Amino acid sequence: MSNWDRFLDSFFNARVAAEYLPKVIEGFWLTILLAGCIILTGLAAGLALAVLRSLGIRPLNWLIIFVVDLFRALPPLVVIVLLYFGLPAAGLSMSGFAAAWLSLSLVLMAFAEEIVWAGITAVPRGQWEAARSTGLGFAQTLGWVVLPQALRMVVPPLTNRTIAITKGTALASVVAVQEILGAAQAGVSFSFNPTPLTLGALAYLVLFLPVVILGRWVEARFAWKR
Amino acid sequence: MPGPILEARGLHKHFGHLHVLKGVDLLVQERELVFVIGPSGSGKSTLLRCLNRLEEPSAGSITVDGIDLLDRRTDINKARQRIGMVFQSFNLYPHMTALGNVALALRKVQGRGRAEAEARAREALDRVHLADRAGHYPGQLSGGQQQRVAIARAIALEPRVMLFDEPTSALDPELVGGVLAAMRELRESGMTMVVVSHEMGFARAAADRVIFMDGGRIVEQGPPAAIFGAPQEERTRAFIGQIERNHA
Repeated sequence: MSNWDRFLDSFFNARVAAEYLPKVIEGFWLTILLAGCIILTGLAAGLALAVLRSLGIRPLNWLIIFVVDLFRALPPLVVIVLLYFGLPAAGLSMSGFAAAWLSLSLVLMAFAEEIVWAGITAVPRGQWEAARSTGLGFAQTLGWVVLPQALRMVVPPLTNRTIAITKGTALASVVAVQEILGAAQAGVSFSFNPTPLTLGALAYLVLFLPVVILGRWVEARFAWKR
Repeated sequence: MPGPILEARGLHKHFGHLHVLKGVDLLVQERELVFVIGPSGSGKSTLLRCLNRLEEPSAGSITVDGIDLLDRRTDINKARQRIGMVFQSFNLYPHMTALGNVALALRKVQGRGRAEAEARAREALDRVHLADRAGHYPGQLSGGQQQRVAIARAIALEPRVMLFDEPTSALDPELVGGVLAAMRELRESGMTMVVVSHEMGFARAAADRVIFMDGGRIVEQGPPAAIFGAPQEERTRAFIGQIERNHA
């Protein structure tokens, strides 16, 4: 058997691929579910925190900054492991899926808050003044004038960060979630052949390439005519 | 003679250690056009921004159209609809069309339906001769057109007083004329206006009264012919001489 044949047999073994494809596809759907949940809760919570922060209530802002810095500093895997293996010691246990969802949501929330907050502060003060001078209240100004501009500005960094953190769903394999990587690794263990990992990599491409392209489309769509 | 529509008394404003307004009294009669001039840092913009409470005065009282502006019980958002403001840098909302800019407060503050708000917005744009630009975004308009949209945004709410904060200072010279024309038409329609600007020609032609401010105080005021032609105070003379040299 030549080296080339050995390589093909290891990574592109048709028999192994056929056997473990269904498992990887199951993992694919689970990854989509997990990623969707994380994006939804993470972005919503980050936006909510940024809006709260714009109210300018000092003690509240200190708390927000503390929480945000905490989850920006901690590696996502550490948060997942802490929640999954640490909480049961405190009498609370959660599934691997829930631990991954909660952890990555908190991390995405933290980064999203910082990004959206940066966008809010980048909107010129004159926009606030013009809106307020026509009688719009604080919340109306934020909602109709400032946030639409802030969010447009931060679409590129927010998309990037969202994709980066959503790819962290692979970390859930550590806490026994059979998402793409988990399913692929299980396949490798059972078949003694790395081909399921190739399938896993393909599954990630199928999942995230459209997301990256969608990100580009969103950026173009929400850039306004200058 | 109608009574004063805007009455500010004993206005003081501190920014930290900086004492920017040192007791300013300003009475503006209905349909009057008051020009405020003075060197930068004289407090003229701060005075204007106090008149709709974009700046909170440290002391004093302001009454506009019978409303005590500094009373805690006053609904400031309601009161501000009676006080239009135009800014040096236009401050149009870049994510909305000209029509959207003008219609926003009509809808969200005055609670009008979309159709009615847009009809009124179109009327206001028509008054500044920009009805044909209703669908344009600010980035697609010249500076002069943007400033006229900003004027439309303010007058659409049918204010009793209009405040102009250096409305032509950010414009290229050839675009100033259109904005001044819009202001002149507004004046002819009977609008009460307080204008911070150094457009001396416009002041001479249109102003009822010119106020010269320096060091946070009103130094001198009177009809344009008196202030520009025969200023009584040395500081006024020096300032006007300076401006005329710059424009010569």
